[in-house]
Amino acid sequence: MNLPFFYACFGILIFLIGLIGLTLQPHILKKLISLNIMGSGIFLVFVALAKRAGLSADPIPHAMVLTGLVVSVSATALGIILAIRVKQLYGKAELPEDGR
Amino acid sequence: MDKTNQFHSFWGITLIVLVCLFGGMLFWSLWHIPEYSEGLSAMVTKHMPDSGVKSEVTAILLNFRGYDTLLEVAVLFAALLGAYQISPMHLDKSMVQSNPIMLYLIQYLVPIIILVSGYILWLGGHAAGGAFQAGAVLAGAGVLLLIVRPDSLNLKHSVYLNFILIIGPLIFTLFAFLPILTGGTILEYPRQLVGIMILLIEAASTLSIGFTLMLLFAGGRPPSGDN
Amino acid sequence: MNFLPLLILIPLTGAFLSFLLPRYEKFISLTVITFLAFITLYLGNIVFHNGPIKLVAGGWSIPLGIGLYADGLTILMLSLTCTVAIAVSIYALFYFDSHKQTSDNKDITKSWWPVWMLLLSALNALFVAADAFNLYVTLELMGLSAVALIALEKKAIAAALRYLFIGLLGSMFYLFGIGLLYALFGTVDIIELTHKIQSTPTTLVSMVLITGGLLLKTALFPVHFWLPPAHANAPAPVSAVLSALVVKAAFYTLLRLWLGPFELLVSDLVIQLLGILGASAILWGSFQALFAQRLKLVIAYSTVAQLGYLFLFFPFYHIENANTIAWYGIIWIALSHGLAKAGLFLAAGNILHAYGHDNIHGLKGTSQYLPITLFAIGLACINLMGLPPSGAFLGKWLLLNAAFVSGQWWWAIILLLGGVLAAAYSFRILLFAFQNDDNNIRIHKPHGLMQWSALGLTIGAVLLGIFSDHLLILLSSGAKFGGLNLTEILR
Repeated sequence: MNLPFFYACFGILIFLIGLIGLTLQPHILKKLISLNIMGSGIFLVFVALAKRAGLSADPIPHAMVLTGLVVSVSATALGIILAIRVKQLYGKAELPEDGR
Repeated sequence: MDKTNQFHSFWGITLIVLVCLFGGMLFWSLWHIPEYSEGLSAMVTKHMPDSGVKSEVTAILLNFRGYDTLLEVAVLFAALLGAYQISPMHLDKSMVQSNPIMLYLIQYLVPIIILVSGYILWLGGHAAGGAFQAGAVLAGAGVLLLIVRPDSLNLKHSVYLNFILIIGPLIFTLFAFLPILTGGTILEYPRQLVGIMILLIEAASTLSIGFTLMLLFAGGRPPSGDN
Repeated sequence: MNFLPLLILIPLTGAFLSFLLPRYEKFISLTVITFLAFITLYLGNIVFHNGPIKLVAGGWSIPLGIGLYADGLTILMLSLTCTVAIAVSIYALFYFDSHKQTSDNKDITKSWWPVWMLLLSALNALFVAADAFNLYVTLELMGLSAVALIALEKKAIAAALRYLFIGLLGSMFYLFGIGLLYALFGTVDIIELTHKIQSTPTTLVSMVLITGGLLLKTALFPVHFWLPPAHANAPAPVSAVLSALVVKAAFYTLLRLWLGPFELLVSDLVIQLLGILGASAILWGSFQALFAQRLKLVIAYSTVAQLGYLFLFFPFYHIENANTIAWYGIIWIALSHGLAKAGLFLAAGNILHAYGHDNIHGLKGTSQYLPITLFAIGLACINLMGLPPSGAFLGKWLLLNAAFVSGQWWWAIILLLGGVLAAAYSFRILLFAFQNDDNNIRIHKPHGLMQWSALGLTIGAVLLGIFSDHLLILLSSGAKFGGLNLTEILR
C-alpha cells in the first residue's frame, strides 16, 4: 500500500474517533471539538488522495479543503457562541434532554 | 452517574460496534480506489496562463472555482450575523492578560503580525497564501489586542466597522456581477484585468475576514455606537 | 444578459447592504425580492419555451469550473421560494417590529433581514447548482443562516444548537461521499458524474454516505428528532421558511443525485427501505401531531409526516410509467405543502401574537377575532389532508395511481391512512379554534397584512391543484421522465 493510502486510512481513523466523540460526549464543547476532528479526518483523506497524482499533487482537493476549513471554522464559531448562550440559559453546557 | 454508566455500557458498546462496521465499510471503499489518478491537475495546469495568478490553489479558489469561494465568504459572514443575533460581545475580565510583559510585547508583535498578514496576502499570488490565511493572521493580531488591551480597539457597532466587515464580500460580489453586465457570465474576469481584480478581492477579503474572525472570538455584537 | 446568477448575487448584495445600512434594510430587502420575482418569471418563461438553461461560472469548461443548471423542476422550486419569500417578507415587516417591544433585549443591532437575504441566496444557489461540491457550500450557507434565524428566539437556542450539530454531521457525511466520488472520477459535476459513474464498492459507499447525510438534513424518520423543537420554537416567519423551503432543499439535492449519478447504483432493497422509512414518517409524524399540545408543535410534526410522502416516490423508481407518475406526484406534494405549511406557520404566528400562547386548548374565539387567519388554517388543513381541489390532492392522487399501476398497492393504504390521520389532527385544531369565546379575552390583533399573507399562501396551495396544466408542462422541461398526460391517467 503506498503512501497516500496510508495517510487516507489515518484520515478515516481520525474521522471515526471524532464520530464516536460526537455521539458519546454530552458536553457541547466536546461535541464541537469532535465535529472538528471529524472534519480534520475528512480533509486528510482528501489531501492524501490528491497525492496519488505523483510529485505534483492535484490542487483541486486542496482548494476544496480550504473551503471546507473556512466553513468548519464558521460553524464552530457559531456553535461555541450558541453553547455559551445555552449555558447561560440552562445552567449547564449540555443539550437539554427533553427535546426543547 | 449511574445512568451514565449504564448508558456507556450498553449503548456505548452498540455504538462502538456500529462505528466499527461503518469504519470497515469506509476502509473497504478505500481499498477499491485506483492507485494512480491525476484528477483535474492536468486541466488546471493547462489553464493556468489564463488565470492571472501563478499559484494553482489561488487560481482555483479565486478564478476557476471562485463561485464557491464567494459563497464561502458569505458563510463566514452568516456565522458573524448569527453571533450578532445571539449575544453581545463579552470579554471576561478573566480573559484579559494585561500584565507588563504582554503590554510591552504587543507594541512590537502587533505591527509585525499585520505586516506578516500583508505579506501572506501578497504571497498568495504565486505561492501558498491568500486572503483566508492572511485574514486569519490579521485576526490573530486583533485577538492579541482584545486580550491584552481591550480598550485600545474600542469596538463599537458603527457604520465604519460594518463597512470593513462587508467590504470583502461586497467587492467579490461586485466583481462577480460586473461581467454579467458586459454580456459574460458570473465571475468571468476580463483578460487584461484578471490579476488586479483578484488582488483587490483578496485584499478586501483579508480585511473583512480578519475583523470577522476577531469579532467571532469576541463572542457577539459590539456595543451600540453613538450613531 | 445572463440572468440566472443574479438570483444569487442580488440577495447576497442585499444582505451586505442591509447590514451596512440597517435603516434601509426593509426597503433593500423588498427591492431584492421584487427583482427576484421578475427574474424568476423571466427565467421560467425561457425554460418553458426553450428547455433547460446551462452555464458555467467563470466561463471555464465543465469539470474545472462550476456548472449552473435550470430545468423545469429548478424553476418550480425557485418559484416556490419566491412566493414564500414574498409572503414571509410582508409578514415579517410587521412581526418583528411588534416583537421588539416585548423582547428583553432592545439592542437595535439584532435583525432578521440580512440573514434572511443570505438564506434566500443560499436557497437560490442550491436550486440552480449542478456541481456537487457547490451543493455542499450552498447547503452549509443555508444551514448556518437557518441556525442564525432560529436563534432569534430565546426559547429556540437549544433547538438551534441541536440543528447545527445535525446539519454539520450531515454535511460531513456528504462531503466525505463527494470526496470519494472525486477520487474515482476526477469530477464533481453532476452531469459528468452521471455519464462516468460505474458500480464499484467505492461508489456504493459514497452513495450511502451522501444519502445518509442528506437524510439527516431532510429529517426523515428516524432521524427527524431535531425538526419539531426547531420548527416549533423558532419565530413564525422563520418556521414558515424552514418547513416550506429548507427541508425541501435537502430533499431536492437527494432527488437530483438519485435521478442523476446514482441511477445505476440504486437497488430494490434501498428503494423499498426509503419507502418504508417514508411511510413510518407519515404515520409517526401524524400520530405525534395528534397528541401535541401546542399549535406550532402540531404543525412541525405535520411537516415530519408530509416529508414522508416525498419518499414514497422511491419504491416506484425502477418501474416504467409508475415512476413518471410518482415523480410528478411528489413534486406536486412538495410544492403545495411548501405553500400550505408556510401559510399555516404564519397563521400560527398570528395566533401566538394575538393570544400570547399557542396552546391548542386555548384557541377559542379564533373565528371571532381572527377570521382570516382561521380561514387560512382551514385551507392549509385541506391541503394537508389531501382533499380536492388542493394541490396536495393532485399529488396524492398521482401517487395512488402509481401505486396501482405498479402493483404495489400497499402504499395506497399508507396514503389513505396518512390522509385520515391528517384529518384527525386538523379537526382537532379546528374544533378548538371554532369554539366561541364568551369571556372576551384581550387579544393583540395582528396587522391585517399578517393575516392576509398567511391566507395568500394557502390560497396558492389550492390554486396549485386547480391550475396545474402549464406548470406540469414546465416541470417536464428537461425532466428525466417524459411528460405527464393527465387525461390519459384519468381514463
